[in-house]
Amino acid sequence: MSIELKNISKKFGEVAAVNNVNFSVNDGELVGLLGPSGGGKTTVLRMIAGLELPTEGDIFIRGERVNDLSVQKRNIGFVFQSYALFKSMSVAKNIAFGLTIKKWKKADIEARVAELIQLFGLSGLEKRFPHQLSGGQRQRVAIARALAPKPSVLLLDEPFGAVDAKIRQELREWLVTLHHELNVTTIFVTHDQEEAMEVSNRIVIFSKGNLEQIGTPREVYEQPANEFVARFVGVMNVLEATVGGGVARINEIEFPATGQEDGARLRIGFRPYAVQVSNDLSLLPYRAVLRHTFFLGILLRLEMELPSGLIIRSRMTKEDYAQQGLEDGREVSFQIKNYRVLASDSATLAPELESKYQQPPTMGENI
Amino acid sequence: MAGITKKQFTAGRTKSQRGAEESSLVKWTLISVAMIFCSVFLLLPLVNVFAQAFSKGWGVYWNALTNPDAWSAIKLTLLVAVFCVPLNVVFGLAAAWAIAKFEFRGKALLITLIDLPFSISPIVAGLMFVVLFGLQGYFGEWLRDHDFKIIFAVSGIILATVFITFPFVARELIPIMQATGTDQEQAALTLGANGWQTFWHVTLPSVKWGLIYGVILCNARAMGEYGAVRVVSGNIAGKTQTMPLRVESLNDGFQGAAAFAVASLLALLALVTLAFKTYLEWRQHREFELAQHAVISESGDTTFIAKGKGE
Repeated sequence: MSIELKNISKKFGEVAAVNNVNFSVNDGELVGLLGPSGGGKTTVLRMIAGLELPTEGDIFIRGERVNDLSVQKRNIGFVFQSYALFKSMSVAKNIAFGLTIKKWKKADIEARVAELIQLFGLSGLEKRFPHQLSGGQRQRVAIARALAPKPSVLLLDEPFGAVDAKIRQELREWLVTLHHELNVTTIFVTHDQEEAMEVSNRIVIFSKGNLEQIGTPREVYEQPANEFVARFVGVMNVLEATVGGGVARINEIEFPATGQEDGARLRIGFRPYAVQVSNDLSLLPYRAVLRHTFFLGILLRLEMELPSGLIIRSRMTKEDYAQQGLEDGREVSFQIKNYRVLASDSATLAPELESKYQQPPTMGENI
Repeated sequence: MAGITKKQFTAGRTKSQRGAEESSLVKWTLISVAMIFCSVFLLLPLVNVFAQAFSKGWGVYWNALTNPDAWSAIKLTLLVAVFCVPLNVVFGLAAAWAIAKFEFRGKALLITLIDLPFSISPIVAGLMFVVLFGLQGYFGEWLRDHDFKIIFAVSGIILATVFITFPFVARELIPIMQATGTDQEQAALTLGANGWQTFWHVTLPSVKWGLIYGVILCNARAMGEYGAVRVVSGNIAGKTQTMPLRVESLNDGFQGAAAFAVASLLALLALVTLAFKTYLEWRQHREFELAQHAVISESGDTTFIAKGKGE
């Protein structure tokens, strides 16, 4: 167990930033702290680093309680969102800083800097100053500088926030490769769920200072612990239906709700891939007009409007879309294959349910 | 077709450029007004100072400067600067650091207090010290009993000058430190640096230019201060008379050439200071230009990513 947080809370004055958070990170793991801004994820990262002190609880790094250990002695590498490169120092001096401070021998420093320059593809830039570098180069210098003193943990605060979209994608892939090569325990903070899903071994999801769920990307996507996670990770249709006569109904759409009291309100969520769409109007139970198609690449997102004005989002492949000859403005039929009741009395989410409607012969591939 | 598009594009651009620029009439009128104003009110008097200083020949000029009282005034002025500038650097750094990097109660009050010497008349500042430390002042008797002399003494002059030059360094540093934030310092901490190492290797280099600039301004003002010093010093020739005070008393005694001789020396000090400031600005500008023109090679990115993808 590389890092362990036990009952960690943090208050800034009266404001509670983090509430009783518990989680641990294994050796060599790459963990993403995900959540909307103000969720407390950066505060958690800074507490691990020692840049903030927890109001309550204990932090352990490699079994050692580090609450009273100063930032300098925690042996962590921290990469700031702004990179925080030393403006008055060259690339080489930036990377060497931690080693100089730790009084490494000159020859060792030179060797380590040369090694990192090589590893990070910064050859030829040693004498440049931070303002003479591109965003991607700056970030690599920042990570190289943090890794130079061989920290036991690498902490990154919004590592891809400050670069443009194209480089961001490349840097994500690079971070995974780097982590694979160096195998150093890494925790990074992000507000971008796609980024967290793509990069992390496990994701810790925060909202309003609370830990909502911890799990592999697949787990949090397929088995969200609560409505917040379900809505935050991936796209979800959420409908608020009213129960009447054993059926929860919103406009045209009905869900079975046996055992529920009449008049109860249920929040029902389903992912776009669970919505099956067909150009054959008699095939599926509901009808809608295809209002807008978003081209996301290989996948398309469809926005459909029911006669009552209700909007449902679906997802299908480009091939399927072309095969069915769909286009904006066309009438389609659809069905909801899987859904969840989001808001129920129990704290945890109800399991995913299959629609009770008779399954027509499947058409094409379902996403 | 392509040709037409290009033409339209170029035409649009020329137009927009013209839209952003003033007509040459406005431009030259503004430049002329500024130049004429500077010549009449700044350059002409400055030239006149030197002309008047030498109006009665080298001999008079030389005597005016080598006179023991003049020499004493020069030494005193330099002594005051030697005391004030380091005090200001220490205070300025501490105040700017506190204001830029911490949140605390009374921060607004501290900022206002730093500006006080700018907004208060130097004469009033001098009088405040007389009221505090003069013989009839609050601490006057105590000071006399313990044989401390502040009013009509060198210590009073230094005190008054420190008060007057209080804001220079701090005012230069606060915006720079606020803009820099604390990220670099925090990064240094995570890399194992202690407070002193962080200050020496990270904070100080990042405010270098602002600090030098503040020191120059502070020095210029410390040597040139008249009002506050006049009130607390008693203006005793050969003892508590600084250069600006000497200029004034010579002028009052109808020794115009001698007054201008000392004045020319003060003006010269000011010009040297300005020249140094200009040189620093030029250097800073050049550093910036170099940085701008440096080819930002993306080669690092591509080779790296290629490598990353290959694995």
